[in-house]
Formats: sequence, structure tokens, C-alpha cells
Amino acid sequence: MPQDHIVRSFDQELVALKRSIIQMGGLAESQLESAMQCIVRRDVQLAGKVVQADERLDACETEVDAGAVRLLALRQPMATDLREVVAALKIAADLERIGDYSANLAKRAIALAQVPAVRPVNAIPRMGRLAQELIKEVLDAYSDLDLERALAAWRRDEELDDLYNSLFRETLTYMMEDPRNITPCTHILFIAKNIERVGDHATNIAETIHFLVAGQPIARTRPKGDTSSFAVVSPESSQET
Amino acid sequence: MSAQTVDAEPMAAVGQAKMTARDVDVYYGEKRALHSVDCDVIENEVLSLIGPSGCGKSTFLRCLNRMNDTIDICRVEGNITLDSQDIYDKELDVVQLRARVGMVFQKPNPFPKSIYDNIAYGPRIHGVSSHKDDLDGIVQRSLEGAGLWQEVKDRLAEPGTGLSGGQQQRLCIARAIAVSPEVILMDEPCSALDPIATAHIEELIDELRQNFTIVIVTHNMQQAARVSQKTAFFHLGELVEHNLTGELFTNPKDERTQGYITGRYG
Repeated sequence: MPQDHIVRSFDQELVALKRSIIQMGGLAESQLESAMQCIVRRDVQLAGKVVQADERLDACETEVDAGAVRLLALRQPMATDLREVVAALKIAADLERIGDYSANLAKRAIALAQVPAVRPVNAIPRMGRLAQELIKEVLDAYSDLDLERALAAWRRDEELDDLYNSLFRETLTYMMEDPRNITPCTHILFIAKNIERVGDHATNIAETIHFLVAGQPIARTRPKGDTSSFAVVSPESSQET
Repeated sequence: MSAQTVDAEPMAAVGQAKMTARDVDVYYGEKRALHSVDCDVIENEVLSLIGPSGCGKSTFLRCLNRMNDTIDICRVEGNITLDSQDIYDKELDVVQLRARVGMVFQKPNPFPKSIYDNIAYGPRIHGVSSHKDDLDGIVQRSLEGAGLWQEVKDRLAEPGTGLSGGQQQRLCIARAIAVSPEVILMDEPCSALDPIATAHIEELIDELRQNFTIVIVTHNMQQAARVSQKTAFFHLGELVEHNLTGELFTNPKDERTQGYITGRYG
């Protein structure tokens, strides 16, 4: 911001709103991190904690919403101030969804821990790391109002889509090989899908940052990498679509 | 210093310009109050003029119907047209101009006459009509147009000054539209009114837009945002930014505009 407001409490409220978002982002990051550990280490106890902790993120979102509505009503913000409040509302919603996916990952980890491990699970940590990186990048970009950083993360989501597509195909072949793989593989598919969705919310946040900083939406359309909705793998070839 | 006004690149699909100002300078004695202002007023649109006190917005408004003529030391340079006709042309009848470009002021200023005569005054002196039936029609239509008819139709003979502030302002608007102007200038028309009376005036402005072109000076930015299609931001006598209202208030291009509308202006 180039200059402070004449009314100083207005500045304080905007700063508080931003701080809530950054705090919420940190919480969402650590939830995803823990959820990934649950899957990799087959840690059922930690999974239980992650599921429980999701309530805190929900509470954060409620707090951000209340603060934003209050600001809109009492300050009638304009221009960058208005965009900041709208951005806070949108980012809080994305972070809350990321939290939901983390909780869901933790639940799947509990289920996975009860059946023998299957090979496709090895690809999951890589997807998780990438999703975590994307979230970290967009949160840093939000904190510093760094447009370039946000755009870089926005472009990288395609990598996550690619990982998801290849995992999707691989998992289908495992299920065809042995019906006993179906239970763990189905959980792995949902896990991969959830991580892929986390990436989509990170790109949403990147788009919101673009709106916040530049005052207009991103002009280009993002390359959509998730093609699994169209994927068919037949038992005969067990290869291509 | 020529004003580098930020203009909307597209200002999409603009209508016809009703009034145009080109390179307008205004001096009060030695002091230059407006610097090379270029601004179009589009027909059937509301244009808001905003900016800090002393920025020149009221000065610019007064140029549009030559109200500045009444100030001896005031000098206007540049070109201002109404329907492509130079309004500072020496041949032009100023009284006629002000009938075409009417004005509503900050404080309601009804004449110390009956409600009826407040409205009938203009049409009478402009010779629009002197016939009683015609005048009755004009009075009723003008009061209806200003959203006041239902409230005063049974007491037209009572003094206009006996109405509430909001009603008085609507009476002044009715008086302004009684002579069928093409453009209505409003200088802070709601600053002396409560929020309900203000809402009535704002609703009225939106309706009047169908038949008139309106230029409004306001200190209330939310009001500018609510009532106008275009907004012009003035600062130190310069027209800094002139853009679609929705764009100017969400994504101003100039830092001075940004500072002013977000309340950061030093």
C-alpha cells in the first residue's frame, strides 16, 4: 500500500484480516502435510488428529467471513481495499476446502492402513509434495502481493494434473490384475483426486491474487491437465485409452 | 502542464455526447482553477464529478451553464458545446442556455411562493405557457417527475418553504424540469438531506436519466457510485481520471484517484 488511511483503525482492520488469512493458510498447509504423513507412514493416530483439527480451519473461515462482512458494512471499502476484502473472502473459502480435502485424505489413510500396501501408493508422496509447494507458493505470493510468484504457481498446477493422470491409469491396471487390489486402489484413486483438487484450489488462490494486485482477472485460460474423466483402460490392452 | 487525464480505453459503446468540454481553463483573477479540462457528457447518462474541496469540480459544473458569468473576476477559456453549439458564443442568449441546462443547488432554495408558483414561475417567464390549463398540466407533470405529486397535490397553494428539506429539494428539481431542460446540473443536491430523502433523490436521478442528461457534483463517493454511469475525479484543478463508474471505483488507474477514493489522501 502506498500510504496509510486517514482513519487508522481502517488500516488495522485490513491488516488483521490479512493476518487471519495467513494464519489460516499456515493451518491448511500443516493439515495437508500431516495428512500426507498419515498415508506414507500408515499412521492411524495422526489421521484421527487431522480429522479433528479440521474444525479449527472451519472456525478460521467463519472468523474471516465475519471480519470481511463487518469491513464491508462499516467501511464501505473502495478500489484496492475492496479487492482486498473480496480476495480475503475467496481465499478463505479455498483454504477451507483444502482443509476438507486434507481431512478426507486422513480418513482414507485410516482405511488404507487396514489393507496390504499396493505399489501405486508410491506415487502419492510426490503428488502431495507438489501440492504442498503450490500452496506454499501462493500463500507467500499473497503475503508479499507478488504477482509473478502467483502466476508461476498457477502454471505449475499442470504438473500435478499430469501426475494424477498417470497414477489414474496405473491404478486401473493394478485393479485389473488382481481384484484384491481394488479396495486399496480405489482409496488411492480418491486420495490422488483429492490432492489434485487441492492443486486446483491453489490455482484459484493464484487467480484471486492476480485480481487483487492487477485489478482484473487473469486473461489467459489455464491449461487443464486432468484428462482422467475421459480415460478408458481395457483389460485386453491394459494400456491406452 | 497539460492534463494527462486517464481515460477508459474502451468506455464501451458510448452514446452521443450531449456536452463537450475541450481544453477548458478557468481563472479567478490570477488564480487558475481549472487546467485544460477535456470532458464529454454523454446523453441520458449521469456523470459524477468527485474530488476534494477546492479541486475545481463545482467550477467545472458552473461552466456548463455559464453560472460563472455572475462572478466578475472569473474568466473561462477553451471550448464548451451543447449539441455541438459553442455555449460561450457571444450571440448566444444565456437565459435560453440556462433553460436548456438547468441547475439544482446544494441547499434547497424554493422561492417564497406557493408550491404551484414555484413550478409555474419558469414556464411563465420563459413564455413556455401562460394559459392556466397548460400550466396546471406542467405543474402536475413536473411534480410527478420529481416524485412529489402524491405528497403535495392537495396543498399546491401552500408555501414551498413549508415542506421538509427533502421535499423542498424535490420541489427544486420539479422547478428545474418544468422548463423542459435537456441537461440538469446538480451541485451536492443531497448534502443537506437525511438518508431517506437522499434515497428518494437518488431514485429520482435514475428515473430522470431517461429524459435528461445529468451532471452531479457530490462529496459522497458511495452516492457517485450508486447514481452515475461515468465518474470524473478532479484534483488541484486537473481532471485526473474519467472512466466508467464501476471501473473507477474498483480499479482506478491513477494513484491520486486511488488515494482519494480509499480515504488515504494526505
